[in-house]
This record gives sequence, C-alpha cells and structure tokens, in this order.
Amino acid sequence: MTKVFVAGVGFTKIAEHWDRGLDELMAEAALKALEDAGISSVNAIYVGNMLGEALQEQAHLGTLLAEDLGLVGVPAFRVEAAEASGAAAIYQGALDIASGKSETVLVVGGEKLSDGLGEEVSSALMMSGHQEYEGFIGADFYALNALLYRLYDKRYGAGGVAMFPVISHDHAVGVPHAQYPFKLTLEKVLSSPFIAEPLRRMEVSGIGDGAAAVVLIGERSAEKIKSPKTMLHISSSSDYITPFERENPLHFRALTMAVENVIREAKVERREINFIELHDASSIMAAISLESSGFAAPGEAGRLAEKGEFSLGGRIPCNTFGGLKARGHPVGATALYQVAEAHLQLTGRAGKNQVDSAKIGLVQSLGGVAATAFAILLRGV
Amino acid sequence: MRVPRYWRNIPFRYRLVGWRCNHCGTFHQEKPIICKRCRHRELYEVELPKTGKLVAYTIVQSTPKEFNLVSPYAIGLVELDDGTRILAQLTDFREDELREGLRVEAVFRKIRVDGEQGIIEYGYKFRPLIE
Ligand SMILES: [Zn+2]
Repeated sequence: MTKVFVAGVGFTKIAEHWDRGLDELMAEAALKALEDAGISSVNAIYVGNMLGEALQEQAHLGTLLAEDLGLVGVPAFRVEAAEASGAAAIYQGALDIASGKSETVLVVGGEKLSDGLGEEVSSALMMSGHQEYEGFIGADFYALNALLYRLYDKRYGAGGVAMFPVISHDHAVGVPHAQYPFKLTLEKVLSSPFIAEPLRRMEVSGIGDGAAAVVLIGERSAEKIKSPKTMLHISSSSDYITPFERENPLHFRALTMAVENVIREAKVERREINFIELHDASSIMAAISLESSGFAAPGEAGRLAEKGEFSLGGRIPCNTFGGLKARGHPVGATALYQVAEAHLQLTGRAGKNQVDSAKIGLVQSLGGVAATAFAILLRGV
Repeated sequence: MRVPRYWRNIPFRYRLVGWRCNHCGTFHQEKPIICKRCRHRELYEVELPKTGKLVAYTIVQSTPKEFNLVSPYAIGLVELDDGTRILAQLTDFREDELREGLRVEAVFRKIRVDGEQGIIEYGYKFRPLIE
C-alpha cells in the first residue's frame, strides 16, 4: 500500500447561496483545491453528498461535476453515508490512491440545503435514521439527541455540555468561510428555545449550503507536487442505526473503533494529537464523541470544556475554525471542510486560528447518531 | 409512501408484533433473515406487551413535513414490561404529567397522512396508563 497525502484544499463560504447551484459550489471548491495543489487534472473524482436526490432531484453528481470542471473522461462518482458522506468519499479516494490504481484523486463534498423548505430539509435529514421505524413515528435527529441528552443527564449530570457551541462560536469569529462567525455566550445558549427538550436551538448546527474539496496524491506524485502536504490515514466503523438498540447508547462504539484503528494504523498515541475537529451536530454528540474516542472520561467532557481544555490554547483544542455549529454543517460537505481545516493547521496556514506547532490532527465524522463513524488522522510532513 | 411499503410493516405498527431471536433475545421490528446481534437464524414471532414505563421523553419542535399538522409532538423511549425498549409517539397526556418512570400503555392511532397518495397511516402511540 502506498501512502496517501493531502496536497491541496479548497472551499466556499458556507451560507444560504440562493443564487448558486449545488454543482457550481462544488466546482468552485474543486478548482480552488486543484489550484492549491498546483495541478489541473486527476485520475479520479469522488463526490460526497447526502441529499441530492431529495432536495435537487439530482443524482449522478460525480459525472456532472467532472463535466463542470472540464474533466470529462475522468471516472467520477458519488459516495453516500448520511451526514458522513464526505468522509466516505475521502475513504474511497484514499483507498484508490493506496491501492495504486490512481496517483491523484479529487474528493469533493457538496450540499445545498437551502433548496428545500425548512420542513422538507427536516424530513430529508430523517433519511439518516431508520425510516420504517424512527422515521415513521417522527423520531428525528433532534428527538434522538434529546433522548440521549436525558439519559446522559441522568447518569452523569449534563453540566458543561452546553459549552460546546460556545467554544465553536469563539473559534469561528473572523473566519471568512464560517456561516456564523460571531460569539455566542453560554447565557444565550441556555436561553434559546428548545428544539427538542432538553436540547436547545443554539446547541444544534444550522442549515446552510457549501462545498469543500481536497486533492489526494500518492507517494510518487508527492515527489513532484511541491504544494504543502500532510499525510492522511482513515478508518471507519458502523453501529446499530437506532442508538437505543445499542448496549450503551451513551457510548459511540463505532467512533471508538474508528479512532482506535486509525491511531494504530498511523502508529501515534492519543497524547500526540494536537487538535480535534469534532462532529458537533449537537452539543451532546460533541461531549459523547470526546468521551467515546478517549479524550475525556465518561461524563467528564462538559466539565473539561468549562475548564477551557478544548478551546484554542487549551490542552486539546476542538473545532479550530468553528466546527459544525459555527463554521457550518452542509451535511455531505462537512468532512471535507474538517479535513481542509486540519490541513491548513498542519501546514501552518491557519492564521489567527493556528494551533501552535501542530503536528497531528484528528477529524471525526458521524452519520446519523454515530451509526457510521469515520476517524481521519492527518500529520504534517 | 406506496401502499405495499406501508402494508408490509403493519404487524409491528398495529399490534407491536415482531421477531425475537431464539438465541440472544434481540427484538426486530421487521422480519429479519438473520439476527442483527448474534447472526442466529432462528427467530420467532412475538407480540410485545402493551404496557411499560417511560424511560425518557422529549417534545419535538422541528417538524419534518410529514408531521407538520401534529407539531409539536412528543417522542418517548418506552421500556415495555418484558424489558424491550421501543421509540413511540406519546399521546393523550398533560405536559405536566410526563416524567421518567410514568406507566404507559399502547393505543392505536392515526400517525400521519401521506400527502401525495393520500394514504392515512396508522400505528401505535403510548399514553399514560390509568391504573
Ligand atoms: Zn440473536
């Protein structure tokens, strides 16, 4: 197996882009990534997207993008794994390089949620759950998170969990591509209305459009391509879709497995990881994610967040550009944003968000309520 | 939703009938070929008890389009008398009586109306049990 490197990244601002289509956003991100890598074509293209059929009535996004990029002829297709679709596309791209089949791969994540009405988007996002069971009765993502939050509060006390959106917003201030680049106080979080009690509106990510892209290359190309590079490792695991069918719903076992596998593969220790890009689609998922991946003891993540351990300058900064909550969560694009941001950190291009002497970063991406988990480890070279 | 898709899951939705693994006891709402937990192939049909207690609940404000006529609605995690845990909409309650441990019973109710086909879809909900 050859090593896999990130050699270029690009992304759009996350916003409600009323005047731009999904394919245009993806093309912008893709062209920026190619430019960052200093190349004009690739051996293969993978697209991460969850809701193209539901919101744009558009399948076939791979070839559509190849055409938009003037790269007709390049094999191109879409990969789907609910909210982790972008990470699944990276996984396929990395396998393609590692196998030796391709030397250069473009992975693009794109999602355009503003093409649906609010109720249509809520409905479409339920596709990450088990439709014949959870979906039929309206147990949507927020409901499942709210029930987890209740169980968590009963077992451990949920104090401090509401700090996660505060931290993400702190980090997003002044980030040009962030959807919500402003501070959010804990008081504002705790006085926002419930979206599903005890989960509050300001504890969950919003609705936005965006696209992000990375160029992956193999070892031979790494000698020729002169752009700043990082080495990439990726692992994934799955769990029962409904969290309440797991032995312990307060433990994201798929994430545990993915993280353990990726750090073993990369031969690093947890304490060597300098920062984490978390899947904070909700505050409670951020807390359980840190605990499940071994960066906080069960029930402790909120308290550590209050102490500043996950803030820039803290023990292990999380969501260094604002995470899903403040940078934004254009579902299938999100993991590409996370990897792009981690790459900027590790190549010293993170500006005021720079984690000092960052050498290793961990990206976590989850589908549904952690029924699919990806762990992506990037290291500077 | 097309009629056959709705129809094939009627046993669980109308009567809480599903399939339990003979080896590990895992309950399946839809008929499986193989147990999702232990991969055993012997499963038997079982009708779940209709009473249990509320483990956790929430009031959903986010309103997926299928439910905009009933919003806001309550979702509960219910532990049935045999220990099986299922998700359910809650109904016929006063908000101040919802609490962990509340005894509840299954009732047959309209769940939603499919906008395109006009099918009225029924299923179970749970309500406070008057003992
Ligand atoms: Zn079994």
